[in-house]
Amino acid sequence: MITLTIDGKEITIEDGKTLLDAARENGIDVPTICFHEATTANAICRICVVEVEGQRVLQPACIVKAGAGMKVQTRSEKVIRARRTILEMLASTMDLSEADDIQAMMYDYGASSSRFPDAERRESEVKDDNPMYVRDYSKCLLCWRCVQVCADDAQYTYAINFEGRGYETQIGTFFDKPIPETTCVLCGQCVGVCPTGALKPKREFLLEQGMSPQEISVLNTGRKNRSKVKSQRS
Amino acid sequence: MSEIDLAPLKPAIEKFIPLGRSGLLPALHEAQEIYGWLPEQVADEVAKSLRVPLADVHGVIEFYALFYNEPIGRKVIRVCTDPACALKDADGLLNRLCKKHDLEPHPAEGHGQTTGDLSLTIEPSPCLGMCELAPAVWTMDDGRWTVGDGEARPRSVVYGSIRELTKNCGDGTTSLKQYGEYKGLQKALTMQPKAVVEEIKSAGLVGRGGAAFPTGIKWEGAANAPGDQKFVICNADESEPGTFKDRVLLLDDPHRTIEGMCIAAYAIGARKGYIYVRGEYPYIVPVLENALNEAREAGYLNGFDIEIRVGAGAYICGEETALFESIEGKRGFPRIKPPFPTTHGLFGKPTVINNVETLCNVPLILERGAAEYRKIGTEKSPGPKLFCVSGDVTQPGLYEVPFGVTLRELLDMAGGVAAGRELQSVLFGGAAGAFATSEHLDVKMTFDDLRAAGLPLGSGVVMVFDETRDMRDVLKRLGHFFAHESCGKCYPCQMGTQRQMEILNRIAEGKVEEGDFIRLQDVGWTMTDASICGLGQTAASAVLSAMKLWPELFKDDGRRMRDEKPVLKGENRKEAAIEKKAAKKSGKPRSKAAKKKTVVKPMKKTTRRKK
Repeated sequence: MITLTIDGKEITIEDGKTLLDAARENGIDVPTICFHEATTANAICRICVVEVEGQRVLQPACIVKAGAGMKVQTRSEKVIRARRTILEMLASTMDLSEADDIQAMMYDYGASSSRFPDAERRESEVKDDNPMYVRDYSKCLLCWRCVQVCADDAQYTYAINFEGRGYETQIGTFFDKPIPETTCVLCGQCVGVCPTGALKPKREFLLEQGMSPQEISVLNTGRKNRSKVKSQRS
Repeated sequence: MSEIDLAPLKPAIEKFIPLGRSGLLPALHEAQEIYGWLPEQVADEVAKSLRVPLADVHGVIEFYALFYNEPIGRKVIRVCTDPACALKDADGLLNRLCKKHDLEPHPAEGHGQTTGDLSLTIEPSPCLGMCELAPAVWTMDDGRWTVGDGEARPRSVVYGSIRELTKNCGDGTTSLKQYGEYKGLQKALTMQPKAVVEEIKSAGLVGRGGAAFPTGIKWEGAANAPGDQKFVICNADESEPGTFKDRVLLLDDPHRTIEGMCIAAYAIGARKGYIYVRGEYPYIVPVLENALNEAREAGYLNGFDIEIRVGAGAYICGEETALFESIEGKRGFPRIKPPFPTTHGLFGKPTVINNVETLCNVPLILERGAAEYRKIGTEKSPGPKLFCVSGDVTQPGLYEVPFGVTLRELLDMAGGVAAGRELQSVLFGGAAGAFATSEHLDVKMTFDDLRAAGLPLGSGVVMVFDETRDMRDVLKRLGHFFAHESCGKCYPCQMGTQRQMEILNRIAEGKVEEGDFIRLQDVGWTMTDASICGLGQTAASAVLSAMKLWPELFKDDGRRMRDEKPVLKGENRKEAAIEKKAAKKSGKPRSKAAKKKTVVKPMKKTTRRKK
């Protein structure tokens, strides 16, 4: 067991736990976006950063281990500025309409969704290329979870990786191939870990598009019936 | 898709198969040399041969700016448009080249363009490391490269008050015969490895790549780390805008670096080393290969061998952990530290990674002894230091001086500000550095004095701007550089470099929006405080220093203050803005793969990401 101070409160916790564990187990709120218990923590969203005395830069609570005697502040001026600005940049970059947690965070931190006028947004057309899920990368905030579960964190399928670099990064397949032409096994784990609705079950997507459950069932009954439905439509 | 003959590929990449994923970058380089670009079938074949997932191979191709998954010209002309070259009318050169070859003229942030018959591509480029020879041009013609006006390699322009590290620089490549014996190594071999580490520690050598970490402590950490497989890496991914010292050292005196690596290997017990050379320095590779052969034949690489790795256009790979990832065949994402490279470096093994200039100090220290070495420089900043002087000075070049000379003395050596003009500012330390003004001229260039003055030594960049220069144009270029080079891993840098660029663009255009000052500061501090690696943590460094020095430049009325731009440039900028808007409307394709579709028709221009 080790003892540290978070926001002035003395906390005793098992050795080897992270600052995030230490805070959350003691009722101190530290927000997270990319962090997920089922995936390797990469500390990329930096929304969980906290100020640790003696450290030059802010530390990501999701991976930094709690150390004896550490003095941590989870709501210092620096921390708040970083979190608020990250949230504002996210809002100016992508479609957060289905990311309820992040919208709540924006409210908490007084983050304005119009802080960055004339910002170039990351926009993308919906990719509807397989029977199980659709991909709308306008909603993707690059938490990496889908790539991680597709690879060594769960499925070892390696169907998806990254395209581009920097701000232009997007999740993609080999030469932008449709999902059925990749190694994807339609396990659905990427859909399960997506925090923003960028990956969505096809059925949910179709219901949202206004199709009835019956119409969707017909779609799923096989090629013969599908083509019948198609020809009826045209 | 047209049929591509894979027959020449298989034998060419066979030798990389035993390397597995680590062979990916060398294999892609080899493949691109054969086909000129990396078509899908070629990437597929490379992936299968090396047993790397297809999506991962695509991810790697997409990451590195010098890998193309769309056809480009057989001849590619790259013109550097970063600050030092911009001062020497790089934009004008780019425009004239485009016009000459019947391509639409384009400004710095324009796209790379390819002629319809695929004979030529012209593209703006990030810093090519030839700032003293600005404007820098690098041409690849059917696999053969030239620089400037068709020279085989860039000239070395070396000055300064001492010639220790640059003793053999300035007259072409120094052969082993000219270099003489590896006396530093011979001396080291008579000592215990621990004593070698102690010697480096007592010499007070700190890293010259930018971070100024004590070299001896690094070596000690790796020497003490458990494990019998350890690595020594020479970081020659010099990409910091304004920096060209490592280029000169490697090209003119490769044995000094190799000897430094041999000594490091002996000190920590490494049997394998890598020199990671940036992709923009292809002319260094044969020089190094030849020098390594000479060293092998002379028996200096006994029980230790060195492999050359070539980058592919990614500034981030100069970050040590991103460089490891790159050698391992991955996208150059920096890793989370700790653990540090000394215990968990390349392939997770204890690793010493040093900059070229740092390694060049090592033979000197061993040969003369730490005490003698410390006679150069000051008490707290011992040793010789290289400065890359560029921009508006009479005599740009590589300057070797002892630590402790003042900025004024250095600028005097360089003949002062060019054309008799007044000094406006100096970009100190590189794009990731800070601005100095005439107030700083008498600051002694030592680690302590510079720190006190708020100036980072960085990689030794001294880029001079005279009184007529528009600093907003400089800042715009820095903003563009970081947005282009951010790896995209952590949010503050991925989005912050983009937002910073957007704000700096409009400030340069005189279209400041209300609140831009605070907005820019918030973005800058968020990147500084919260980014994963040094790139993000310093991406706003120069901008924040400029905001302190010249707050008026970032406000509405700043526009009128220093408006001495030639009319042509202003016009081009307008054109650029119009074109950008048009491009936005037409839906700019996102990835290289997506862009590929746009070039199916006879190509007038090849769009390139973020250009």
